[in-house]
Amino acid sequence: MGKYRDDPGLVAGLVQDDQVHRDVYIDQEIFDLEMERLWSRTWIYVGHASQVPQPGDYVTADIATQPVIMVRHTDGTLKVLMNRCAHKGTRLVTDAAGSVGRAFRCPYHSWTYRTDGTLIGMPLPRGYDGTRMKECSAAKGLAPVAATAEYRGFVFARLSASGPSFTDYFGESLSSIDNMADRSPEGELELAGGCLRYLHNCNWKMFVENLNDTMHPMVVHESSAGTAKKLWEGKPATEPKPMAVEQFVPFVSDYKFFDDMGVRVFANGHGYTGVNFSIHSSYSAIPGYEEMMVKAYGTERAREILSISRHNTVYYPSLTIKGAIQSIRVARPLGPDRTLIESWTFRLKGAPPELLQRTLMYTRLINSPMSVVGHDDLYSYRCIQEGLRCTGNDWVSLHRDFRPDEIGATDLTTNGTSEISMRNQFRAWARYMATAA
Amino acid sequence: MSAPTCDKIVDFVYREARLLDERRFDEWYELFTDDAYYWIPSTPGQADGLNHVSLMYEDKLLLKLRVERLKNPKSYSQHPESRPHHVLQRPEIESADAAAHRWVTRTPFVYLETRGDDQQVYGGVALHTLVLVDGRLRIRQKRIDLVNCDAALPSVQMFL
Repeated sequence: MGKYRDDPGLVAGLVQDDQVHRDVYIDQEIFDLEMERLWSRTWIYVGHASQVPQPGDYVTADIATQPVIMVRHTDGTLKVLMNRCAHKGTRLVTDAAGSVGRAFRCPYHSWTYRTDGTLIGMPLPRGYDGTRMKECSAAKGLAPVAATAEYRGFVFARLSASGPSFTDYFGESLSSIDNMADRSPEGELELAGGCLRYLHNCNWKMFVENLNDTMHPMVVHESSAGTAKKLWEGKPATEPKPMAVEQFVPFVSDYKFFDDMGVRVFANGHGYTGVNFSIHSSYSAIPGYEEMMVKAYGTERAREILSISRHNTVYYPSLTIKGAIQSIRVARPLGPDRTLIESWTFRLKGAPPELLQRTLMYTRLINSPMSVVGHDDLYSYRCIQEGLRCTGNDWVSLHRDFRPDEIGATDLTTNGTSEISMRNQFRAWARYMATAA
Repeated sequence: MSAPTCDKIVDFVYREARLLDERRFDEWYELFTDDAYYWIPSTPGQADGLNHVSLMYEDKLLLKLRVERLKNPKSYSQHPESRPHHVLQRPEIESADAAAHRWVTRTPFVYLETRGDDQQVYGGVALHTLVLVDGRLRIRQKRIDLVNCDAALPSVQMFL
């Protein structure tokens, strides 16, 4: 069929130690193989448990372009089911969120299912007497995903039956989720404030790679964050900085800032920048919050939690989080040059309401389709998508700060401007992509 | 000080759109009061701009940032530039409080934004809260309810 599917050597050859072939970003067959071999065999973020508090509550999502339902079953457990009627394949649920009580009912022929996917029945069931329906997959009800896991409310699913356990896959990178949740005096997060949905006309990997790209902000965001800095420059030091200025200005920090920030990468493609500090480290205190944290955790532990302010943590391939500002973004690939990015925000339970308001300001300013920061990022991604149509140079350079001893490292920290995040992601990518499903 | 006529209020709303379409952003910026908000909700009928996300929820400082950025040749996403075009239905005066010198107008619209070969089309309803400041009409709030406010949107770069 295609040239890549049956040639693992050819696929593996797309990724070298320090550069990758342009086909990884532009080739339709590679995209299809990514959905089968990478996105189906790794742990993909579905939603947060706080979105479905009561039995019967559900949200819908896509995993590797397949529509799924995350639903709270009648016994209180969470299920992730294929959003597909067992009869003729109708997409069962078309609302983004809702509540079905005890059963799903297909709007086409009224087949009904319990909230764990088991088939209850259908009208005129005697029509199936004497047929082999009960031995076929129709009778099995809604197919569940092969594996689910929940961590501090973050629900992940894996479509494939085989693969590493959740904790083996993510390892120490889970500490970023911990830090976000620990910033709640009650240690709990609640998804709140709605969602922004930004259509990116580029490959999903361009978005993911940009998250820990520390050599672009001072260039790309000069016109936006740089303008914020200029607008505030003349003001007296005593005048309190508006929250928007605090959030914008660090984006045009210099190369030294981003280098000193540090980057840490883990096995399986995960990692984060902002090991030592980040663009979020110097926000003004919100009255009452630190006192609540000290009351909940004690001075030492509260200080420890609040001293961690990582930049973007990537849970490869689908999720990125910012603990210090309680916002996350989820990648839903649609095609080799099309990706939907959803931005969600969290309330820290027990914290003052101003924290969510601050988070919402951040997500408006940075993650909205109308964000002036987003405009210039997406312009870059689109330019890559178009530029890679050129022949004459088939390779995308990821050489910055390459060291041979980084290969095989499972937990490595180095200077923040290194392109190691991207190389680390592609090493995981190549491992999955070179193995047939 | 006499209240503006209905025609004057209606003309004001049309003129605001014309300033945007002609990229006269500095003049457009001056139409807003110092405490103004420019709000594009992300859900239909959204009541809260502070505790729920929006596509835009911007004070005058943030509007100034956008206006200044558009003058900067390093605004790379504006190469080539976006061109806005508003088509308005005649504004209706939704409410009038002559004593407080405050009016709310309701204006259904179609908005086009083109950039190179891409053309996007949006529709919705604009609600302007207008007040008199030193005898001149100014905008205290412009709220845009896009009919597809919760759709997955590409970059939308101009002022609606």
